[in-house]
Amino acid sequence: MAHHHHDHDHDHGQDVPSDLALRVKALESLLVEKGLVDPAALDALIDTYEHKVGPRNGARVVARAWANPAYKQRLLANGTAAIAELGYMGRQGEHMVVVENTPKVHNLVVCTLCSCYPWTVLGLPPVWYKSAPYRSRAVIDPRGVLREFGVTVAEDVEVRVWDSTAEIRYLVLPERPAGTERMTEDQLAALVTRDAMVGVATVGAPA
Amino acid sequence: MNGIHDMGGMHGMGPIEYEKDEPVFHEPWEGRVFALTVAMGSWRKWNIDASRHGIEQIPPVDYLRMSYYEKWFTRLVGLLLERGLVTGAEVADGRPAPDSPKATPPLTAAQVAETLGKGGPYNRDTPAPARFQPGQPVRARNLNPAGHTRLPRYVRGRLGAIDRDRGIYVFPDSNAQFRGENPQHLYSVRFTARELWGGEASPRDSVYLDLWDDYLEPA
Repeated sequence: MAHHHHDHDHDHGQDVPSDLALRVKALESLLVEKGLVDPAALDALIDTYEHKVGPRNGARVVARAWANPAYKQRLLANGTAAIAELGYMGRQGEHMVVVENTPKVHNLVVCTLCSCYPWTVLGLPPVWYKSAPYRSRAVIDPRGVLREFGVTVAEDVEVRVWDSTAEIRYLVLPERPAGTERMTEDQLAALVTRDAMVGVATVGAPA
Repeated sequence: MNGIHDMGGMHGMGPIEYEKDEPVFHEPWEGRVFALTVAMGSWRKWNIDASRHGIEQIPPVDYLRMSYYEKWFTRLVGLLLERGLVTGAEVADGRPAPDSPKATPPLTAAQVAETLGKGGPYNRDTPAPARFQPGQPVRARNLNPAGHTRLPRYVRGRLGAIDRDRGIYVFPDSNAQFRGENPQHLYSVRFTARELWGGEASPRDSVYLDLWDDYLEPA
Protein backbone atom coordinates (compact mmCIF):
# COMPACT_ATOMS: atom_id res chain seq x y z
CA MET A 1 0.00 0.00 0.00
CA ALA A 2 1.25 3.43 -0.87
CA HIS A 3 0.22 5.05 2.37
CA HIS A 4 1.38 5.01 5.95
CA HIS A 5 -0.07 2.86 8.68
CA HIS A 6 -0.96 3.61 12.24
CA ASP A 7 -1.96 1.50 15.23
CA HIS A 8 -5.23 3.35 15.69
CA ASP A 9 -6.20 3.39 12.08
CA HIS A 10 -8.81 0.81 11.28
CA ASP A 11 -10.17 2.37 8.15
CA HIS A 12 -7.18 1.87 5.92
CA GLY A 13 -6.48 -1.52 4.52
CA GLN A 14 -3.80 -3.08 6.67
CA ASP A 15 -6.12 -5.63 8.21
CA VAL A 16 -7.50 -6.75 4.87
CA PRO A 17 -7.21 -10.51 4.58
CA SER A 18 -4.89 -11.45 1.77
CA ASP A 19 -7.71 -13.34 0.09
CA LEU A 20 -10.12 -10.39 -0.03
CA ALA A 21 -9.06 -9.34 -3.52
CA LEU A 22 -9.65 -12.93 -4.64
CA ARG A 23 -13.07 -13.07 -3.02
CA VAL A 24 -14.07 -9.83 -4.76
CA LYS A 25 -12.86 -11.24 -8.06
CA ALA A 26 -14.82 -14.46 -7.51
CA LEU A 27 -17.98 -12.50 -6.70
CA GLU A 28 -17.57 -10.33 -9.77
CA SER A 29 -17.16 -13.32 -12.08
CA LEU A 30 -20.20 -14.99 -10.51
CA LEU A 31 -22.33 -11.88 -11.06
CA VAL A 32 -21.04 -11.46 -14.62
CA GLU A 33 -21.71 -15.11 -15.46
CA LYS A 34 -25.23 -14.84 -14.09
CA GLY A 35 -25.78 -11.81 -16.30
CA LEU A 36 -26.39 -9.58 -13.28
CA VAL A 37 -23.65 -7.03 -14.05
CA ASP A 38 -21.92 -5.77 -17.16
CA PRO A 39 -18.15 -5.60 -16.48
CA ALA A 40 -17.85 -2.62 -18.84
CA ALA A 41 -20.35 -0.76 -16.64
CA LEU A 42 -18.10 -1.44 -13.65
CA ASP A 43 -15.13 0.04 -15.54
CA ALA A 44 -17.22 3.09 -16.44
CA LEU A 45 -18.31 3.60 -12.82
CA ILE A 46 -14.72 3.43 -11.56
CA ASP A 47 -13.50 5.73 -14.32
CA THR A 48 -16.22 8.26 -13.44
CA TYR A 49 -15.11 8.66 -9.84
CA GLU A 50 -11.38 8.29 -10.52
CA HIS A 51 -11.25 10.79 -13.37
CA LYS A 52 -14.44 12.76 -13.95
CA VAL A 53 -16.28 13.56 -10.75
CA GLY A 54 -14.24 15.06 -7.93
CA PRO A 55 -13.47 18.18 -5.90
CA ARG A 56 -12.59 20.21 -9.00
CA ASN A 57 -16.35 20.35 -9.60
CA GLY A 58 -16.95 21.87 -6.19
CA ALA A 59 -14.05 24.28 -6.69
CA ARG A 60 -15.73 25.61 -9.83
CA VAL A 61 -18.93 26.18 -7.89
CA VAL A 62 -17.06 28.08 -5.17
CA ALA A 63 -15.11 30.16 -7.68
CA ARG A 64 -18.32 31.09 -9.53
CA ALA A 65 -19.92 32.15 -6.25
CA TRP A 66 -16.91 34.29 -5.35
CA ALA A 67 -16.82 35.92 -8.77
CA ASN A 68 -20.53 36.38 -9.30
CA PRO A 69 -22.72 37.79 -6.49
CA ALA A 70 -25.97 36.89 -8.26
CA TYR A 71 -24.81 33.28 -8.60
CA LYS A 72 -23.80 33.20 -4.95
CA GLN A 73 -27.27 34.34 -3.98
CA ARG A 74 -28.86 31.57 -6.06
CA LEU A 75 -26.40 29.04 -4.66
CA LEU A 76 -27.25 29.83 -1.06
CA ALA A 77 -30.98 29.96 -1.80
CA ASN A 78 -31.14 26.71 -3.78
CA GLY A 79 -27.90 24.75 -3.84
CA THR A 80 -29.16 21.91 -6.03
CA ALA A 81 -30.41 24.20 -8.81
CA ALA A 82 -27.42 26.55 -8.77
CA ILE A 83 -24.92 23.67 -8.82
CA ALA A 84 -26.86 22.11 -11.73
CA GLU A 85 -26.25 25.34 -13.68
CA LEU A 86 -22.64 24.19 -13.90
CA GLY A 87 -23.72 20.73 -15.00
CA TYR A 88 -23.14 18.90 -11.69
CA MET A 89 -26.12 16.83 -10.62
CA GLY A 90 -27.26 13.35 -9.74
CA ARG A 91 -26.20 10.62 -7.41
CA GLN A 92 -25.40 11.80 -3.88
CA GLY A 93 -25.98 15.38 -4.92
CA GLU A 94 -29.74 15.21 -5.41
CA HIS A 95 -30.46 17.56 -2.52
CA MET A 96 -27.66 20.09 -2.03
CA VAL A 97 -27.38 22.77 0.62
CA VAL A 98 -24.49 25.25 0.56
CA VAL A 99 -23.44 26.83 3.85
CA GLU A 100 -21.34 29.97 3.86
CA ASN A 101 -18.32 30.67 6.01
CA THR A 102 -18.11 34.29 7.15
CA PRO A 103 -15.93 36.20 9.64
CA LYS A 104 -18.53 35.20 12.27
CA VAL A 105 -19.47 31.64 11.26
CA HIS A 106 -17.39 28.55 10.49
CA ASN A 107 -19.17 25.49 9.06
CA LEU A 108 -18.00 21.88 9.33
CA VAL A 109 -19.61 18.84 7.68
CA VAL A 110 -19.64 15.27 8.99
CA CYS A 111 -21.78 12.15 8.81
CA THR A 112 -21.64 10.52 12.23
CA LEU A 113 -23.70 7.49 11.13
CA CYS A 114 -21.87 6.47 7.97
CA SER A 115 -20.12 8.36 5.18
CA CYS A 116 -22.66 10.68 3.52
CA TYR A 117 -20.80 13.13 1.29
CA PRO A 118 -21.71 15.30 -1.74
CA TRP A 119 -20.36 13.11 -4.55
CA THR A 120 -21.39 15.38 -7.42
CA VAL A 121 -19.18 18.22 -6.23
CA LEU A 122 -16.48 16.48 -4.14
CA GLY A 123 -16.30 12.93 -5.53
CA LEU A 124 -15.99 9.98 -3.16
CA PRO A 125 -14.98 10.77 0.43
CA PRO A 126 -11.41 10.39 1.71
CA VAL A 127 -10.63 7.76 4.34
CA TRP A 128 -10.33 10.25 7.21
CA TYR A 129 -13.87 11.54 6.58
CA LYS A 130 -15.24 7.99 6.85
CA SER A 131 -13.10 7.08 9.84
CA ALA A 132 -14.20 6.59 13.44
CA PRO A 133 -11.94 9.36 14.85
CA TYR A 134 -13.47 12.06 12.64
CA ARG A 135 -17.06 10.85 12.85
CA SER A 136 -16.99 10.48 16.63
CA ARG A 137 -15.33 13.80 17.46
CA ALA A 138 -16.56 16.30 14.87
CA VAL A 139 -19.82 16.83 16.76
CA ILE A 140 -18.51 16.87 20.34
CA ASP A 141 -15.19 18.64 19.78
CA PRO A 142 -15.29 20.48 16.45
CA ARG A 143 -12.73 23.06 17.54
CA GLY A 144 -10.31 20.32 18.58
CA VAL A 145 -10.82 18.54 15.27
CA LEU A 146 -10.22 21.79 13.41
CA ARG A 147 -7.01 22.38 15.40
CA GLU A 148 -5.82 18.94 14.30
CA PHE A 149 -6.33 20.11 10.73
CA GLY A 150 -4.37 23.28 11.52
CA VAL A 151 -7.38 25.60 11.70
CA THR A 152 -7.83 27.76 14.78
CA VAL A 153 -11.30 29.24 15.09
CA ALA A 154 -11.45 32.37 17.24
CA GLU A 155 -13.61 32.26 20.38
CA ASP A 156 -16.03 34.85 19.00
CA VAL A 157 -16.67 32.84 15.85
CA GLU A 158 -19.63 30.45 15.87
CA VAL A 159 -18.92 26.89 14.78
CA ARG A 160 -21.82 25.14 13.05
CA VAL A 161 -21.49 21.42 12.57
CA TRP A 162 -23.73 19.82 9.93
CA ASP A 163 -24.31 16.15 10.70
CA SER A 164 -25.54 14.99 7.29
CA THR A 165 -27.51 11.96 8.44
CA ALA A 166 -30.47 12.40 6.00
CA GLU A 167 -30.43 12.81 2.21
CA ILE A 168 -29.39 16.47 2.28
CA ARG A 169 -25.76 16.91 1.23
CA TYR A 170 -23.67 19.88 2.32
CA LEU A 171 -20.99 21.94 0.64
CA VAL A 172 -19.13 24.64 2.56
CA LEU A 173 -18.60 27.91 0.71
CA PRO A 174 -15.24 29.03 2.14
CA GLU A 175 -14.31 32.67 2.69
CA ARG A 176 -12.64 34.25 -0.30
CA PRO A 177 -9.07 35.11 0.63
CA ALA A 178 -7.76 38.66 0.42
CA GLY A 179 -5.58 39.55 -2.53
CA THR A 180 -7.69 37.67 -5.07
CA GLU A 181 -9.73 40.61 -6.36
CA ARG A 182 -8.17 40.54 -9.82
CA MET A 183 -8.22 36.80 -10.28
CA THR A 184 -10.26 35.05 -12.94
CA GLU A 185 -12.71 32.31 -12.07
CA ASP A 186 -10.22 29.67 -13.24
CA GLN A 187 -7.51 31.12 -11.02
CA LEU A 188 -9.89 31.25 -8.08
CA ALA A 189 -10.96 27.64 -8.62
CA ALA A 190 -7.32 26.55 -8.45
CA LEU A 191 -7.10 27.92 -4.88
CA VAL A 192 -10.07 25.93 -3.56
CA THR A 193 -9.37 22.62 -1.85
CA ARG A 194 -11.59 19.66 -1.03
CA ASP A 195 -10.86 20.13 2.67
CA ALA A 196 -12.03 23.75 2.58
CA MET A 197 -15.33 22.61 1.08
CA VAL A 198 -15.81 20.10 3.93
CA GLY A 199 -14.92 22.83 6.40
CA VAL A 200 -11.69 21.39 7.83
CA ALA A 201 -9.50 23.99 6.08
CA THR A 202 -9.65 27.59 5.01
CA VAL A 203 -8.52 28.92 1.64
CA GLY A 204 -5.20 30.68 1.91
CA ALA A 205 -4.17 33.82 0.07
CA PRO A 206 -2.26 33.12 -3.15
CA ALA A 207 1.53 32.91 -2.70
CA MET B 1 -30.41 0.25 16.03
CA ASN B 2 -28.09 1.26 18.82
CA GLY B 3 -25.05 0.08 16.89
CA ILE B 4 -21.36 0.91 16.76
CA HIS B 5 -22.00 2.92 13.57
CA ASP B 6 -23.77 5.57 15.68
CA MET B 7 -20.52 7.05 16.99
CA GLY B 8 -21.18 10.79 17.28
CA GLY B 9 -19.73 11.99 20.60
CA MET B 10 -17.68 8.88 21.40
CA HIS B 11 -14.14 9.13 22.76
CA GLY B 12 -11.15 6.88 22.34
CA MET B 13 -11.14 6.40 18.57
CA GLY B 14 -7.65 7.89 18.25
CA PRO B 15 -6.21 10.74 16.18
CA ILE B 16 -7.51 11.57 12.72
CA GLU B 17 -5.22 9.95 10.16
CA TYR B 18 -4.79 12.23 7.17
CA GLU B 19 -3.32 10.97 3.93
CA LYS B 20 -1.95 13.56 1.55
CA ASP B 21 -2.83 13.11 -2.13
CA GLU B 22 -5.01 10.16 -1.31
CA PRO B 23 -6.09 8.04 -4.28
CA VAL B 24 -9.82 7.49 -4.86
CA PHE B 25 -9.28 3.74 -4.44
CA HIS B 26 -6.25 2.33 -2.63
CA GLU B 27 -6.45 -1.06 -4.33
CA PRO B 28 -8.15 -2.17 -7.55
CA TRP B 29 -10.50 -4.48 -5.59
CA GLU B 30 -11.89 -1.44 -3.73
CA GLY B 31 -13.02 0.10 -7.00
CA ARG B 32 -14.58 -3.21 -8.07
CA VAL B 33 -16.53 -3.47 -4.78
CA PHE B 34 -17.72 0.11 -5.16
CA ALA B 35 -18.80 -0.44 -8.77
CA LEU B 36 -20.40 -3.83 -8.08
CA THR B 37 -22.46 -2.27 -5.29
CA VAL B 38 -23.67 0.60 -7.48
CA ALA B 39 -24.34 -1.68 -10.47
CA MET B 40 -26.25 -4.26 -8.42
CA GLY B 41 -28.28 -1.43 -6.91
CA SER B 42 -29.79 -0.87 -10.35
CA TRP B 43 -31.72 -4.14 -9.93
CA ARG B 44 -33.75 -2.18 -7.37
CA LYS B 45 -33.90 -5.16 -5.03
CA TRP B 46 -33.01 -2.85 -2.17
CA ASN B 47 -32.95 0.87 -1.43
CA ILE B 48 -30.34 3.17 0.10
CA ASP B 49 -31.78 2.77 3.61
CA ALA B 50 -31.75 -1.03 3.47
CA SER B 51 -28.24 -0.76 2.09
CA ARG B 52 -27.05 1.43 4.98
CA HIS B 53 -28.69 -0.99 7.39
CA GLY B 54 -26.63 -3.75 5.79
CA ILE B 55 -23.45 -2.03 7.00
CA GLU B 56 -24.93 -1.47 10.45
CA GLN B 57 -25.56 -5.18 10.85
CA ILE B 58 -21.85 -5.99 10.70
CA PRO B 59 -20.88 -7.02 14.27
CA PRO B 60 -19.20 -4.14 16.16
CA VAL B 61 -15.82 -5.84 16.49
CA ASP B 62 -15.70 -6.47 12.74
CA TYR B 63 -17.07 -3.00 11.97
CA LEU B 64 -14.13 -1.37 13.74
CA ARG B 65 -11.56 -3.78 12.33
CA MET B 66 -12.62 -3.81 8.70
CA SER B 67 -11.56 -1.25 6.12
CA TYR B 68 -14.33 0.80 4.51
CA TYR B 69 -14.61 -1.23 1.32
CA GLU B 70 -14.30 -4.51 3.20
CA LYS B 71 -17.49 -3.42 4.96
CA TRP B 72 -19.02 -2.66 1.54
CA PHE B 73 -18.08 -6.14 0.31
CA THR B 74 -19.60 -7.80 3.38
CA ARG B 75 -22.73 -5.73 2.96
CA LEU B 76 -23.00 -6.54 -0.76
CA VAL B 77 -22.75 -10.29 -0.22
CA GLY B 78 -25.34 -10.03 2.58
CA LEU B 79 -27.81 -8.09 0.41
CA LEU B 80 -27.34 -10.41 -2.57
CA LEU B 81 -28.14 -13.44 -0.41
CA GLU B 82 -30.97 -11.78 1.49
CA ARG B 83 -32.68 -10.53 -1.67
CA GLY B 84 -32.25 -13.84 -3.47
CA LEU B 85 -29.98 -12.65 -6.28
CA VAL B 86 -27.41 -15.34 -5.54
CA THR B 87 -27.33 -18.44 -3.35
CA GLY B 88 -24.85 -19.30 -0.63
CA ALA B 89 -23.62 -22.22 -2.75
CA GLU B 90 -22.98 -19.90 -5.70
CA VAL B 91 -20.95 -17.51 -3.54
CA ALA B 92 -18.96 -20.45 -2.12
CA ASP B 93 -18.30 -21.94 -5.59
CA GLY B 94 -17.84 -18.62 -7.40
CA ARG B 95 -20.00 -19.88 -10.29
CA PRO B 96 -23.71 -20.00 -11.13
CA ALA B 97 -25.82 -23.00 -10.15
CA PRO B 98 -26.32 -25.29 -13.17
CA ASP B 99 -30.00 -24.38 -13.53
CA SER B 100 -29.47 -20.66 -12.98
CA PRO B 101 -31.12 -18.53 -15.72
CA LYS B 102 -28.94 -15.97 -17.47
CA ALA B 103 -30.12 -12.43 -16.77
CA THR B 104 -29.54 -9.22 -18.71
CA PRO B 105 -27.71 -6.52 -16.73
CA PRO B 106 -29.96 -3.48 -16.15
CA LEU B 107 -26.98 -1.11 -16.22
CA THR B 108 -24.73 -1.01 -19.29
CA ALA B 109 -21.58 1.05 -19.68
CA ALA B 110 -23.44 3.37 -22.06
CA GLN B 111 -26.06 4.09 -19.40
CA VAL B 112 -23.66 4.86 -16.53
CA ALA B 113 -23.33 8.61 -17.09
CA GLU B 114 -27.07 9.14 -17.51
CA THR B 115 -27.96 6.95 -14.53
CA LEU B 116 -25.52 8.72 -12.21
CA GLY B 117 -26.67 12.09 -13.57
CA LYS B 118 -30.26 11.30 -12.69
CA GLY B 119 -29.43 10.01 -9.22
CA GLY B 120 -32.21 8.94 -6.90
CA PRO B 121 -34.06 11.90 -5.41
CA TYR B 122 -35.61 11.14 -2.03
CA ASN B 123 -38.05 14.02 -1.86
CA ARG B 124 -41.69 13.26 -2.65
CA ASP B 125 -44.73 15.21 -3.84
CA THR B 126 -47.05 13.23 -1.58
CA PRO B 127 -48.86 15.76 0.61
CA ALA B 128 -48.05 15.47 4.31
CA PRO B 129 -48.84 17.91 7.09
CA ALA B 130 -45.91 19.81 8.62
CA ARG B 131 -46.17 19.28 12.37
CA PHE B 132 -43.58 21.95 13.14
CA GLN B 133 -42.74 25.47 12.01
CA PRO B 134 -39.39 27.25 11.70
CA GLY B 135 -38.32 28.72 15.04
CA GLN B 136 -40.39 26.26 17.03
CA PRO B 137 -38.66 24.50 19.94
CA VAL B 138 -38.71 20.72 19.59
CA ARG B 139 -37.35 17.72 21.41
CA ALA B 140 -35.80 14.75 19.64
CA ARG B 141 -37.81 11.76 20.81
CA ASN B 142 -36.23 9.06 22.94
CA LEU B 143 -36.63 6.29 20.37
CA ASN B 144 -34.56 3.11 20.40
CA PRO B 145 -35.70 1.05 17.42
CA ALA B 146 -33.85 -2.22 16.84
CA GLY B 147 -33.99 -1.59 13.08
CA HIS B 148 -32.56 1.18 10.92
CA THR B 149 -32.93 4.78 12.01
CA ARG B 150 -31.23 8.08 11.23
CA LEU B 151 -31.85 9.57 14.64
CA PRO B 152 -28.42 9.48 16.31
CA ARG B 153 -28.27 8.61 20.00
CA TYR B 154 -26.52 11.83 20.93
CA VAL B 155 -29.58 13.96 20.14
CA ARG B 156 -32.30 11.72 21.58
CA GLY B 157 -34.19 13.49 24.36
CA ARG B 158 -32.38 16.75 23.60
CA LEU B 159 -33.99 20.12 23.09
CA GLY B 160 -33.50 21.88 19.76
CA ALA B 161 -35.22 24.36 17.48
CA ILE B 162 -36.53 24.00 13.94
CA ASP B 163 -34.19 25.97 11.70
CA ARG B 164 -36.08 25.28 8.46
CA ASP B 165 -38.42 22.87 6.75
CA ARG B 166 -36.56 20.96 4.00
CA GLY B 167 -39.70 19.52 2.41
CA ILE B 168 -41.14 16.01 2.27
CA TYR B 169 -38.75 13.06 2.15
CA VAL B 170 -38.83 9.27 2.29
CA PHE B 171 -38.71 8.04 5.90
CA PRO B 172 -35.69 5.75 6.32
CA ASP B 173 -36.95 3.69 9.27
CA SER B 174 -39.82 2.15 7.30
CA ASN B 175 -38.13 2.20 3.90
CA ALA B 176 -35.13 0.20 5.17
CA GLN B 177 -37.50 -2.61 6.10
CA PHE B 178 -39.43 -2.43 2.78
CA ARG B 179 -42.47 -1.29 4.72
CA GLY B 180 -43.18 1.71 2.56
CA GLU B 181 -41.73 5.17 2.02
CA ASN B 182 -43.98 6.93 4.55
CA PRO B 183 -42.94 10.38 3.21
CA GLN B 184 -42.97 13.15 5.78
CA HIS B 185 -41.48 16.54 6.50
CA LEU B 186 -37.77 16.73 7.12
CA TYR B 187 -36.46 19.65 9.16
CA SER B 188 -33.08 21.13 9.77
CA VAL B 189 -32.94 21.18 13.58
CA ARG B 190 -30.40 23.20 15.53
CA PHE B 191 -29.06 21.92 18.85
CA THR B 192 -26.72 24.06 20.90
CA ALA B 193 -23.40 22.46 21.82
CA ARG B 194 -24.23 23.06 25.50
CA GLU B 195 -27.57 21.25 25.23
CA LEU B 196 -25.80 18.25 23.71
CA TRP B 197 -22.53 18.20 25.64
CA GLY B 198 -23.05 20.25 28.79
CA GLY B 199 -21.70 23.45 30.26
CA GLU B 200 -18.10 22.86 29.23
CA ALA B 201 -19.00 23.16 25.55
CA SER B 202 -18.65 26.43 23.67
CA PRO B 203 -21.60 28.78 24.26
CA ARG B 204 -21.58 29.80 20.59
CA ASP B 205 -21.41 26.46 18.82
CA SER B 206 -24.20 24.26 17.55
CA VAL B 207 -24.92 21.07 15.64
CA TYR B 208 -27.54 20.87 12.90
CA LEU B 209 -29.25 17.63 11.92
CA ASP B 210 -31.94 16.87 9.36
CA LEU B 211 -34.68 15.09 11.29
CA TRP B 212 -38.07 13.74 10.19
CA ASP B 213 -41.44 14.54 11.77
CA ASP B 214 -41.60 11.14 13.48
CA TYR B 215 -38.29 11.83 15.27
CA LEU B 216 -39.59 14.99 16.94
CA GLU B 217 -42.08 16.10 19.56
CA PRO B 218 -43.19 19.60 20.62
CA ALA B 219 -41.14 21.03 23.48
